[in-house]
Amino acid sequence: MKRWLLAGLFLALSALAQGALKVGVVVSATGPAASLGIPERNTMLLIQEILERTGGVAGRKVQFVILDDASDTTQAVRNTRRLVEEGVVAIIGTTTTPASLGMIPVVTEARVPTISLAASKDIIHPVDAQRFWVFKTPQTEELMARAIAADMVARGVKTVGYIGFNDAYGEGWARFFEAEARAKGLQVVVSERYARTDTSVTGQVLRILARRPDAVLIGASGTPAVLPQRTLRERGYGGLIYQTHGVANPDFLRVGGKDVEGTLLPAGPILVAEQLPAGFPSKRVALDYIQRYEAKHGIGSYSTFGAHAWDAWLILRPALERALRRADPDRDLAAFRAALRDEIEATRGLVATHGVFTFSREDHLGLRFEDSAVMVQVEDGRWKLVRTFR
Amino acid sequence: MDATILGLLLLDALQNGVIYGLMAVGLVLVFAVTRVILVPIGELLMFAPLSLVWLHSGKLPGTLALALALGLLWALLARGRGGLWPLLGGLGLFLLFLLALKAPLLAYPASVLLVVYLGVATYRVFFQPMREATVLAYLIMAVGLHVAYQGLGLVFFGPEQYRPAPLLSGEVVVGLSWQGVLVLLFAGAAVLGLYLFFRLSLYGKALLAAAQNRLGARLSGIRPEEAGMVAFAIASLLAGISGLLLAPLINAAYFMGFMLGLKGFVAAILGGLVSYPVALLGALLVGLFESLTSFYASAYKEALVFLLLVPALFLQSLRARAVEE
Repeated sequence: MKRWLLAGLFLALSALAQGALKVGVVVSATGPAASLGIPERNTMLLIQEILERTGGVAGRKVQFVILDDASDTTQAVRNTRRLVEEGVVAIIGTTTTPASLGMIPVVTEARVPTISLAASKDIIHPVDAQRFWVFKTPQTEELMARAIAADMVARGVKTVGYIGFNDAYGEGWARFFEAEARAKGLQVVVSERYARTDTSVTGQVLRILARRPDAVLIGASGTPAVLPQRTLRERGYGGLIYQTHGVANPDFLRVGGKDVEGTLLPAGPILVAEQLPAGFPSKRVALDYIQRYEAKHGIGSYSTFGAHAWDAWLILRPALERALRRADPDRDLAAFRAALRDEIEATRGLVATHGVFTFSREDHLGLRFEDSAVMVQVEDGRWKLVRTFR
Repeated sequence: MDATILGLLLLDALQNGVIYGLMAVGLVLVFAVTRVILVPIGELLMFAPLSLVWLHSGKLPGTLALALALGLLWALLARGRGGLWPLLGGLGLFLLFLLALKAPLLAYPASVLLVVYLGVATYRVFFQPMREATVLAYLIMAVGLHVAYQGLGLVFFGPEQYRPAPLLSGEVVVGLSWQGVLVLLFAGAAVLGLYLFFRLSLYGKALLAAAQNRLGARLSGIRPEEAGMVAFAIASLLAGISGLLLAPLINAAYFMGFMLGLKGFVAAILGGLVSYPVALLGALLVGLFESLTSFYASAYKEALVFLLLVPALFLQSLRARAVEE
């Protein structure tokens, strides 16, 4: 980690002399969110490499200053202050929702445009004075919950049981899913909680079984999401089992094995990029990213999380080009940052790996539901596309 | 709630309870002999199955390097007085791991021995040099070690869970797998074994003596350091084997051990940190309480389980006497 920091600092210093554009990056490359943060960091390094080969943006060099926040809010805020002092034109990051929320007051005060890589809707909604400078690329829980509810309705589900983490992730999903379910006429008959570190969820599962729901949604992320599903199967549950997009990594399949066969989950379209229909807008961009990432890190190494960082750069790059025509960062950094923010907000119809981004004054997420969520099923230990919403 | 659900909940309670019980017995043993509250016992428990998974996938686990490094420190601290033993032990462990890479069956004893070696080395390197310290100083050291070992666990094994193949697959009756039966059998055997060890063997009696009165034990020729090492060895042996047996049921990850250890600690507190049978009963009570709360109020389960500590501590404080250290 220190090596990257030093390399980043050194490059940053050398960049200063050449009047390069500095872009700050904060990711959680260590700590509990590391499995998300590492592909994000790798993606930024990949972009850096490509930029060095192709000569930067609008004839100017671009320098990423990549800092690790160790999945910790305090560290993320400290990193953000440092990046602001170093004179970055924009900040990309960070991986987790709490840390991203912590960064908002800092970037608002310093007036630095920021693109977050975390999931929660609270980061960009509502777009008030606090969130004026903040955008984000990943789909919100709300959007993914809508995909699940739509799929349940299409499959004739009437009653749903919910079991989720007893933390922000599980509570957020319970809240958004219940709202979506009510709107679609689904009935949530039972809502249970468990801890990431729990070794048994028999009690919760028995309670769910007693209510006989048509489907069960598990609001958990990563490998700890396997336990409730295995317990449901062991206790003979025969209905549909839904997971969230938080399980979309190979480790979930590895630990779950045959217990997670048939699982339904919403995901960003990039998870099944090669299976997307030919007309799907983000297909080409997604395949391009996957090919570049795998060329460097090996076949099957890409994840949907790294693609969020790629999307952030896809948004930032044309905005930088347009802003450079309006202001000179060397002469007036504050004016350039303001111009850059306006140009990011002016992004229209930008095709990225997870969907098509169109920002507006009220919408700093910019994704349309139809382009940015698909339903995926686990089949023979692989992700299989079962439904798009276009 | 009907009889089926109650039956399944009780089975679940029993399975969880005996694991907390094994942790509690280990904690009580170590505390009685050395006055150390072995917070990192949960990490020791997780290191065993994670090392096993690493061996089975043909890699040497980072825990081996940690154990060997601590062994080296141990030898340096011993400075001639028995400094050869840790070196020989470390060498043997290393060779065993190399062999286990080729022979999957050897990986089981190798991971358990690794944890035992690590446990003993932990005592020798970190706790024994501060043997005159207060219980609080020991506790601070133990918490520090817990944080360090958990962090190292993340470095060695990554953030995700792993699931080794179960030794026995299938279910005996609905709600109880054969692997679960193995866990219960091991718990029974461990408790019986410990009982016989303390009643019949000279070593066990010496250990009991050291636990009851360290000065007196010293006067009758029992070396407290040795007693401490044996206590740590037994506790880590219990943790290592439980970890191996449990991992196919609960999935192993670097962060999973702490909660198991903590609930074992609650059980041990229910037994006043002195009584093995009460600690075991306490563990079953914790398991039962947990199982019932996860059925009735899953969102508050953790809070309710740890709330058990309050009445237990209150009772303890009522009948506490000033203990002569």
